[in-house]
Amino acid sequence: MTSLPLKKETEKIGKSNKRKYRLEKFSGNLFLFCALLSVISLLLIICFVFYKGAHPFLAEGYRFLDFLLGSDWVPSEDKFGILPMIIASLYATIGALIIGVPIGLLTAIFLAEIAPKSIAKIISPAVQLLAGIPSVLYGVFGLAIIVPFLQNHLGLIKGQSLVAVILVLAIMMLPTVVTVAETSIRAVPKTYREGSLALGASPIGTIFKVVVPAAKSGIMTAIVLGMGRAIGETMAVILVAGNSLIIPTSLTDSVRPLTTNIALEMGYAFGTHQEMLFATGIVLFSFILILNFTLARISSKGGN
Amino acid sequence: MRKLKDNLLLTLLWFAAFLTVAVLVTIVGYIFYKGMGLISFNFIFGDYSPSGDGGIWPMVVTTIYTIAISLIIATPVGILAAVYLQEYAKQGKLVRLIRFATESLTGIPSIIYGLFGAVFFVTTLKLGMSIISASLTLTIIVLPVIIRTTEESLKTVPRTYREGSLALGTTKLQTLYKVILPSAMPGILSGLILSMGRIIGESAAIFLTAGTVAAMPSSIFSSARTLTVHSFLVTQEAGDIELAAAIGIVLIVIILILNFSATFISKKLNKADY
Repeated sequence: MTSLPLKKETEKIGKSNKRKYRLEKFSGNLFLFCALLSVISLLLIICFVFYKGAHPFLAEGYRFLDFLLGSDWVPSEDKFGILPMIIASLYATIGALIIGVPIGLLTAIFLAEIAPKSIAKIISPAVQLLAGIPSVLYGVFGLAIIVPFLQNHLGLIKGQSLVAVILVLAIMMLPTVVTVAETSIRAVPKTYREGSLALGASPIGTIFKVVVPAAKSGIMTAIVLGMGRAIGETMAVILVAGNSLIIPTSLTDSVRPLTTNIALEMGYAFGTHQEMLFATGIVLFSFILILNFTLARISSKGGN
Repeated sequence: MRKLKDNLLLTLLWFAAFLTVAVLVTIVGYIFYKGMGLISFNFIFGDYSPSGDGGIWPMVVTTIYTIAISLIIATPVGILAAVYLQEYAKQGKLVRLIRFATESLTGIPSIIYGLFGAVFFVTTLKLGMSIISASLTLTIIVLPVIIRTTEESLKTVPRTYREGSLALGTTKLQTLYKVILPSAMPGILSGLILSMGRIIGESAAIFLTAGTVAAMPSSIFSSARTLTVHSFLVTQEAGDIELAAAIGIVLIVIILILNFSATFISKKLNKADY
């Protein structure tokens, strides 16, 4: 007699356990699905952008080399060459790195190692905050201050030029470079400094010969992030680039980098013209992949 | 000789820091100086008028819409994805693939997202140039940010919490939402606030997916401009630096508030928890 209610009881427990297990299993799968969404998104992005961008070369008989090395971009005459934009993007990014990285790194070293605590406590968060300001505002500043300045002092007809782009991008990458590099320099163990100082090295010598090399991988990340911001920036660059379709021969030439070409013409482009803008996007994308890869190689080589 | 070199380097460090601070102060100072004259109640809460004396309320509303929609989707997906990576997954090929995808998404420039949004959400899914297209594009942009910040804060939850809870006979799921997620909350929240900042600052992707209509959006399926895009367009089309700077002030103040609340939340909640 007593075994009947007991059986019922165990059955009940078994049922609730089963439900629990099912819920566990279901939630596990749900979490997995959410995690896979980023893979799915990446695949969708690659498929759609590449499909659109590769179409003219696979199906319409355009030659990819003509696209890459052609120097004329006249959509109305069916001429699609993006060499001027590739060169403009390269120059602008390299120029911005040449100016922005040393200043940014030195500032980071200053904040982490030299600055009195009270000063660093104010400046570091302020710089960090500036990394979050919409990049368009840097472009607005560039157009309002840098462009007229160049126009007046270099005697240019048009202040919108490669050098204006370089300056705006260099300023824009500063907060990113400073913040990331500062964090990595601060993370260098104190014992490194103490050891170096105990061996008789000067404080400044310690910073440049011990601390900075120890923070190398973080500094590399700072440079990659800053570069990514510079090469991918679009709207701020439109405002100060001038957007002429010529291969720049001097710093004062008006230029049109890859990103701005896409943003300027997507609004009204259709058919082959639009597909060529997607192809421009592919080139930009590959560009970033190559640069990231190269820098990763350089930094890992240095590590050995 | 060594002393001379040291002093030279030290001067260089001071100079670089001074230059950085000076440039950044100049930019923010200039934007406030130039735009302050336009800031008024009517400017922020007034309806837009093409003649120029109207306000920016439609753009504020559009910005709020894009933030709300993209976070409504990206928050649960991002948090659960991070939970999977940190708490459920066994290290292996699949996890490496997911991490690789997340990292790659971080590196894609905004204009490429814009191209993707334009061909996928706008054309293929037929959502048109609209707030919803832009928001869905932004969802993908902030997803890696939310995943990463959530993962970081899950990492800070002590192992003993999990062990203690599981030892009491709870299931993995119960441990997750009763113990792990509450302790990771401050980090997750500040991650969400940072994503808001990212959405507000975004321009190129929105420019290609939401269009540029300067009017109060009637629904999330209408084309509209966010504050950042508006600031760009008034500069490019009309050269109206003053207006662009005034919008810039609104943007900077919003970013300031977001950053302070992120810091505040993580400090406050952390204290309450431990």
